[in-house]
Amino acid sequence: MALLIFATLPLLLIVGYALFAIWLERKVSAHIQDRLGPMRVGGWHGWAQTIADMLKLIQKEDIIPTNASRFLFKSAPFVLFAASYAAFSVIPFSSAYIGSSINIGVFYLLAVTSLLTLSVIMGAWASNNKWSLLGGMRTAAQMVSYEVPTIMSVLSVLVVAGSLNLMTISEMQTGNDILGFLPNWLIFQNPFLIVAFIIFFISIVAESHRVPFDLPESESELVAGFQTEYSGMRWGIFMLAEYADMLLLSLLGAVLFFGGWASPFGSYLSGPVWGFIWFMLKGLLFVFVMMWMRWTLPRYRVDQLMEICWTILIPVSFINFVLIALWEMTF
Amino acid sequence: MAPVTSPQPAAIENRTMTINMGPQHPSTHGVLRLEVTVDGEVVTKVKPDIGYLHRCFEKYAESLGDYAKVVPYTDRIDYVSALHQEMGYVIAVEKLLELEVPERVEYMRVILAELQRIASHLLGIGTFGLDLGAFTPFLYCFIERENILRILEKVSGARLLYNYLCVGGLMRDIPTDFTSDTWEFVTSFRPKIKELNDLLTTNSIFIDRTANIGVLPAEVALNYSASGPMLRGSGVSWDLRKNDPYSIYDRFEFNVPVGQGEMGTVGDCWDRYIVRVREMEESLKIIEQALDQMPGEGDVKEAVPRRIRSKEGEVYVRTETPRGELGYYIISEKSGPYRIKARTPSFVNLSILPAISKGALVADLVAIVGSIDIVLGGVDR
Repeated sequence: MALLIFATLPLLLIVGYALFAIWLERKVSAHIQDRLGPMRVGGWHGWAQTIADMLKLIQKEDIIPTNASRFLFKSAPFVLFAASYAAFSVIPFSSAYIGSSINIGVFYLLAVTSLLTLSVIMGAWASNNKWSLLGGMRTAAQMVSYEVPTIMSVLSVLVVAGSLNLMTISEMQTGNDILGFLPNWLIFQNPFLIVAFIIFFISIVAESHRVPFDLPESESELVAGFQTEYSGMRWGIFMLAEYADMLLLSLLGAVLFFGGWASPFGSYLSGPVWGFIWFMLKGLLFVFVMMWMRWTLPRYRVDQLMEICWTILIPVSFINFVLIALWEMTF
Repeated sequence: MAPVTSPQPAAIENRTMTINMGPQHPSTHGVLRLEVTVDGEVVTKVKPDIGYLHRCFEKYAESLGDYAKVVPYTDRIDYVSALHQEMGYVIAVEKLLELEVPERVEYMRVILAELQRIASHLLGIGTFGLDLGAFTPFLYCFIERENILRILEKVSGARLLYNYLCVGGLMRDIPTDFTSDTWEFVTSFRPKIKELNDLLTTNSIFIDRTANIGVLPAEVALNYSASGPMLRGSGVSWDLRKNDPYSIYDRFEFNVPVGQGEMGTVGDCWDRYIVRVREMEESLKIIEQALDQMPGEGDVKEAVPRRIRSKEGEVYVRTETPRGELGYYIISEKSGPYRIKARTPSFVNLSILPAISKGALVADLVAIVGSIDIVLGGVDR
């Protein structure tokens, strides 16, 4: 029973976060564009807008195209959501809570998130729609390619941290010792990790297919990419999974580079509850930056996207990996 | 015994796929339908299918039997630059009837036309950015367009289809605060162009997406009889306001921006885009000069005939709309119009699409359609 409650906690968090993040996205985009965004539902700045939207989506008819492969079509959104949900189990939310503190946490997380590609292709292929198919093929190429720089930059962190357990990595980043005031976060421990972080951030933007790398669902070209035929709550779950994925990768970035739940002020404002707050703040900051980028930049073309990955990010991340290792050996 | 043959591997079949793009597609700018044949993501053939918005303008105009009644219908040809459609038609009829138009009306028409040109280019630029995934510049453009629409609404009472020009003059008098409103807009708009350039024009992703894409060589452009920014983007300096001035355009100082291939090849999508941006600045110059020179007093309906008496004749008048050359060909009889033909730039410019989109990617095709800046009302009439 306790196990069940423990396993449900992240689900509540993800759903709550997704409702908040979709509202936030609308607000951020609105303010970037000189608008107000939702203002009515719920009173204060339209905070209940997403809840109302979700209720509307639940009432929608569940349309399945006649020529679609029914089983695959129906299950694709759930596979997608399950994959990102499963990955949350190794994220250390605070010093007191982690779903499963396994020794191969990072490896498990990266492996499970690879399933996302599979479910997107499932949905795309099963829809029996040419736009979906194009979107699905793009996704496959994009996510498989961008996994390489992601993993390379994560590896660079592991060289410095010396552990695959995300809880251990978080614990070693507490305290403020660098130059006497900087927190012991990994990004401050090795100058080349800053480069690794930049590569990591670009790659996670691509992995969670956000602008400027949102080719799988690029609205103006592929209508809605792999989601074209989805409607109602199945589409809603795609949306939920997309935001969950964003948070997951942002939180991973927060653990690997910015101290996870470690407080920026040493032992001041630390402890399990503050740890959780710090952790979510760090994660949401990255989510916010992703939103900011989305509403500012145009979109890359599919070949340019691949070019950036294979000719810039991967070579740089390899060289950077070697430099980090050398730095660790020398100092 | 039969000779042993090694099993032949089945030949890899290379099939192309036909995609139906539109009429309900987010980036076909209305109801354009494109039959796209793709090999993977590479476009091998494009066939535009038009006619979803055909409203029989020409037949309608001919059967109305009265030149004055046609003006509201011209609005609907290219609803994004309605005043230009009216202006071309009105000038054509005035030429047919040999009417002299008061100075004040001419200046007013030029100011309104240039305001409309800016509004139309803002929409073209904004939706072009939208096609490339940049959502925010689109809304910034719309904020500025809104300011122009407010001025036009004050003048004519309508925001999109104005019905403000009439044969020989204007429908109603100019509001007293028109000059001050327009000055205010002109001064506030200049810095906004710079903002747009910072956000979109010089954005490296935007340049990557548009430079060297959909290159239209000058010769091809001339052969297809392209006009407007489409032709000027290819480096041909041809602007009717300069080369064949109508109305009073010969009184103003302005430049004709042409594509120079600054970011890639001459005649690519970026060149067509930048020509529009620079034209907005030139339009501002014209507006400023016209506001300075415009006579303050005068009846705008002075030359409006109480009843238009049709006479036999044949006129062709071409004017420069934001999308290119708009021509009206009128054959008139004693009883009324026999033939009113509109040569719309959108239709002609769209016909180039198959020629310049071969070998492009699907994403490029969207960029090319966006850079042509068609209005389907103009394509189908």
